[in-house]
Amino acid sequence: MKEKNHSFKIKDILLLLGMILPLAAGIVIKVLTTPASDGIEITGARIFFRLKLPVQDLLITESQVNSWLVMISILFLCLFLTHGLKEKAEKKRQLIAEWIVEKTDDLVQKNMGSYFAGFSPFIGAMLALSAFSSLQSLLGLFPPTSDLNIVAGWALLVFLLISYYKMKCGPLHYLKSFTEPVSFLTPLNVISEIATPISMAFRHYGNVMSGAVVSTLVASALQGLSLLLLRWLPGALAKFPLFQIGLPAVLSIYFDLFSGCLQAFIFAMLTMLYISGSFSPDEYNAYKARKKRTVTQAKGGC
Amino acid sequence: MLELSLGIILGCCALGAGAAMIAGIGPGIGEGNAVAKACEAIGRQPESKSEVTTTMLMGCAIAETTGLYALVIAILLIFVAPGRLVNILMNTLGK
Repeated sequence: MKEKNHSFKIKDILLLLGMILPLAAGIVIKVLTTPASDGIEITGARIFFRLKLPVQDLLITESQVNSWLVMISILFLCLFLTHGLKEKAEKKRQLIAEWIVEKTDDLVQKNMGSYFAGFSPFIGAMLALSAFSSLQSLLGLFPPTSDLNIVAGWALLVFLLISYYKMKCGPLHYLKSFTEPVSFLTPLNVISEIATPISMAFRHYGNVMSGAVVSTLVASALQGLSLLLLRWLPGALAKFPLFQIGLPAVLSIYFDLFSGCLQAFIFAMLTMLYISGSFSPDEYNAYKARKKRTVTQAKGGC
Repeated sequence: MLELSLGIILGCCALGAGAAMIAGIGPGIGEGNAVAKACEAIGRQPESKSEVTTTMLMGCAIAETTGLYALVIAILLIFVAPGRLVNILMNTLGK
């Protein structure tokens, strides 16, 4: 019994390490690769190296590396929370895990209906990935969500899902849905169809990115202000960052914590609404029944 | 001549970015309206606070989209466009 307890603890520690180490590795990579500079500057994702491919070079950037790191971290977090599950919850972590699963299931049920109940792992994963990616900026890392490419990838995935569910009632039905309500509105319908993933990607990216830009601008303005006021002091005191202590943290609470979590929630919410809006189970059942009838009729005709 | 062209390019990019962000007015007014109505609704029915807040945040996020389009254009104009335009200028001058 004691032996078992021991190995349980060791596994626990390993899982915790697996959760923390990727983020620490991200910080180490950032420290090693960022060139030294004295000013505060706005930069995009740094390019680590390029893979030579026939059509176009594949760039491995900071945002890709960071999003993989955060994925590993979330994976180990889930493994840690579900380690040692019992039929009756005893540990705090099992209660937390159950609470998360319950809330996600509830959210999906409420917004998508019971037909899409199987979507809750996908929505949960999207929420966690988006929220933790944005929260990475609290560690001083480059948040992957402030790179358009990452968010556009997610939006593209959502767009494929939407199209799949629209085509489920037959490709003809899908094409016909563009001519509704009036046929001359077709170009507008096509544009609005394409605008869905673009606006989703821009919304998420723009919010996180604008937060980063505004915080950087405010931080550099505060730096200038403290330099201006303390210029007359002798020696190193003149460079004392008076206004940079604490004040940027107030902005960070809004831009990093609140806005990051809110954007994750909104992205997941829009995903749910778009997917469930693109498909109605009643219509699908009618389509299936019609198809079945034609098949039996054809067989009867033979 | 080259200095003048470079100056025009950089200045017009900055001016364009500033002009693009005028679009921030629209979402500001729209979101303000949405939040005002949400406050009224919560005042009338305090028990529906959580639902009203969620719906309001969703609506705000969608109303924000136009502002974010402008923001993306402004960011492109500041960080991406000058380099490209200068490249084009150099290529045409090199010919």
